[in-house]
Amino acid sequence: MKQLIIAALFAFFIAGCSSTPDTSGQDGAPVETRGGGVSTVTAGGVDGSRLPAILTDPKSILSKRSVYFDYDKYEVRDEYKDLVTAHAKFLADNRQFKMLIQGNTDDRGSREYNLALGQKRADAIKKMLTLLGAREEQVESVSLGEEKPKNEGQNEAAWAENRRGDMLYNGEF
Amino acid sequence: MRRSLLKLRGLCLIAFSALALLQAPARAELTIEITGAGANRIPLAIADFGGDPASSRALTSVIRSDLERSGLFKLIESSGVAMTESSSPSYGDWKNRGADALAAGSIGASGDGRQEARFRLYDINKQSSLGGAAFVASTPMLRAAGHRIADVIYEKLIGEPGVFATRIAYVVKSGANRYELQIADADGQNAQAALKSKEPIISPVWSPDGSRLAYVSFENKKPVVYVHSLASGQRIVVANFKGSNSAPAWSPDGRKLAVVLSKEGGSQIFTVNADGSGVQRLTTSSGINTEPFFSPDGQSIYFTSDRGGSPQIYRSGINGGDAQRITFEGSYNVSPRISPDGKSMAFISRRESGFRLAVMDLASKQVQILTDSNKDESPSFAPNGRMILIATEIGGRGVLSAVSIDGRIKQRLSIPAGDVREPAWGPFTR
Repeated sequence: MKQLIIAALFAFFIAGCSSTPDTSGQDGAPVETRGGGVSTVTAGGVDGSRLPAILTDPKSILSKRSVYFDYDKYEVRDEYKDLVTAHAKFLADNRQFKMLIQGNTDDRGSREYNLALGQKRADAIKKMLTLLGAREEQVESVSLGEEKPKNEGQNEAAWAENRRGDMLYNGEF
Repeated sequence: MRRSLLKLRGLCLIAFSALALLQAPARAELTIEITGAGANRIPLAIADFGGDPASSRALTSVIRSDLERSGLFKLIESSGVAMTESSSPSYGDWKNRGADALAAGSIGASGDGRQEARFRLYDINKQSSLGGAAFVASTPMLRAAGHRIADVIYEKLIGEPGVFATRIAYVVKSGANRYELQIADADGQNAQAALKSKEPIISPVWSPDGSRLAYVSFENKKPVVYVHSLASGQRIVVANFKGSNSAPAWSPDGRKLAVVLSKEGGSQIFTVNADGSGVQRLTTSSGINTEPFFSPDGQSIYFTSDRGGSPQIYRSGINGGDAQRITFEGSYNVSPRISPDGKSMAFISRRESGFRLAVMDLASKQVQILTDSNKDESPSFAPNGRMILIATEIGGRGVLSAVSIDGRIKQRLSIPAGDVREPAWGPFTR
């Protein structure tokens, strides 16, 4: 009700305006939105759940989830082949499991271009997983670009740590 | 100065309604520091406004700092002068003080409990009035009235609209995982949060009417494109397909968005209606296609692609077809934004290992590098095309910088405790 009265008052004032300079236009409404019209929204998140020990036991290769990339590159290096193969086999044997691959980049350059580069990295891991037995619908590849750096440093070691794809199972993202 | 071309305009009353009472309390605000000014500034005197001392002092100070911050005016000392919009200026005295133009006004009760600010602008050399205006405002909205007055003065003296009454959007990151999408007046005051999240928010862009923002939020652990109505806080998911959804850009008519989706493999540009319906694919090249931006006539889309081996800017018709390469100098040219008049393009170019703001004249293809910084990002034109707002880094901290299109005028906007990034300059408010 209060809003209605305010809106009515506002309309009344505007109607009373006889002429305006070109800079202002006929209605002052946006001035009002600037003053009072921004409502704050708080964003929620996604809930997690429990995973089998084979995915979390530090002795299991499946507890390792990260593939690292060279600068401006998105080919999966040979040293990660066993790791990706193990996850592909797990997904093939456990069709109820789903995986989210998050691609990441270092923070040099455009945020949106880096988002696309991170997507390329996630897509490369996904492609390998599906070739090795995971089903298309089990795996989603997305990018976090440069937005979630593991290491905030500004040096080659930090950047190398951030050029990464992470394989996450349901409940981990 | 093009004063002679400018016409007198009638007085008008603009009502700033009681909605102002809903204004949220101020948050950590942007502070603006001027780090460069124009070469030929117009000497302008703003006499202290008459009327209630506290209100008139506040109003005079908003008008003066707006005009001074623009870098286009040299403010002439005017202390000790008592005059209002109804006094006759002593043209000879003002000429001796060095002023080319003079504004004088007053603030008084409007008869309904609010305040009315009136002013008149004078050409000192021609000894004539350039017109005036009056604005009615409730006390909390006096700043807005000051911005409107500064806009009128700016337009009469410069010959193009002022942007003091516009707003900017930007993202503040404080701590490891606190992100806020904030909206503030163009002078950094009156900041309010439109969205608070524990996950990153990037790429905000204003709808052409200034009522909504499109942006990318990672609150669901992946990039999703939202359209957010500022007044109501209502949000629409515009693109949440399998894979990544990012890089929104509004069509000039506000009906569509260009977005980047990875749902069909690679990063491809699509158009989608502002309600999320009618998804159509635009680019087909393999590799990366991102950062779409509509030309002001709505007929073409500029974007970044690595199809030639390195990230470069291309242009394509809105119905697809062959893309034309636009940038050739250097191995990394990204983030194209076209000026409101369609004549120039701001972008980020890697030069000598630094990422720098550049402007290309689209007709001559001539490129000018405007900064010497290392981490410029996300350019955004002011709606009058005079300044470009960018994110950059100073001492390891994210700040915003407004740079004039000739690179001479520079302002820095920062927040004491936090990184400021992803700026977007809002449209004119009509």
